[in-house]
Amino acid sequence: MHSSDALVGPRNATEIFFTFARIGASGFGGVNFWLRRVLIQEKRWITDQEYLEGLAVGQILPGPNVYNLSFMLGYRFCGLRGGFAAVGGLIGAPLVSLLALGLLYQRYASVPMLERALTGMTAVAAGLLLANVAGIASALPRKFLPWTFLALAFAGVGLLRWPLLYVMAGLAPFALASAWKKR
Amino acid sequence: MGMFFHFLLLGCLAVGGVSTVLPDMYRYMVDEQGLVTARQFADLYALAQAAPGPNALWVTLLGLQAAGWAGAIATTLGVLIPATIFSLIASAFHAQHPDAPIALAIRRGLAPVALGFMLASGWLLLRSVGHGIPGYGLAIITFAVASATRLNPLWLMAAGALAGIACL
Repeated sequence: MHSSDALVGPRNATEIFFTFARIGASGFGGVNFWLRRVLIQEKRWITDQEYLEGLAVGQILPGPNVYNLSFMLGYRFCGLRGGFAAVGGLIGAPLVSLLALGLLYQRYASVPMLERALTGMTAVAAGLLLANVAGIASALPRKFLPWTFLALAFAGVGLLRWPLLYVMAGLAPFALASAWKKR
Repeated sequence: MGMFFHFLLLGCLAVGGVSTVLPDMYRYMVDEQGLVTARQFADLYALAQAAPGPNALWVTLLGLQAAGWAGAIATTLGVLIPATIFSLIASAFHAQHPDAPIALAIRRGLAPVALGFMLASGWLLLRSVGHGIPGYGLAIITFAVASATRLNPLWLMAAGALAGIACL
């Protein structure tokens, strides 16, 4: 969608911190949508392809994958300082608002209207996430194997509800082998 | 302190994201230790899903509910310390060998798998909404609007909250 020749990087760790702080603070219903919108479409720091590859690595590292991805991107641009600037920005603001929410929850555990509002927001979050998947999938090579792996990963975790660890362990060797051979 | 080490262990095992180890967190927090109720566990998860920021930060809410501020710090650090260390190792390796065949194969090969997991997350999120046609309709409308326009999603979230109050 975007050509890689027009990419620009961040100027310093401060810009990384504030950019990721904005992503974290606006990341309702998950950060992935905003990460892609800001880093790829607005700032043009990385491409869709790089984003997907980074997310894949983040996926196999333990921990929240957007956290891992953010650390690695920050590190790539500005070393150790960049890495900590990225994750500090990413989780700083959300942590504060989340703790406030937690305290409110302890007081007003179940207001029916609040519950319905949360359900509506979850529906929107699902639509946003799926729109994101469709957008990224357009960057995937039009070949049989990648789409097969995508379908199997979805079926294993989404339909059969198998533990992600097992699905990953089952698919990873074949996915890696296919990419290795293609080189 | 026991909670910190348990989450530290889970943090190391949380390959693919914190939701991977959710069942084990449930077993520990609800069944074994009785620190939170099943209802609270589910409520806090939904709350964190709707709140800004990485969804994984719901472990913070879990810790807060279970043991106050110390609990919040224990669960959050427990999950984030391993993530930081492993990310650092991966970054350092990538910086030294940017074109290592294994790294290239990992990035290219696992990308579709990661996308499949994302699709599954969207699917499970959709399933958790339920409420038949209004619920799914809301998600489909959102999908169409988000795909076709670059409208700020915060507006969509606000519309979703109102629609939820009105018809779910």
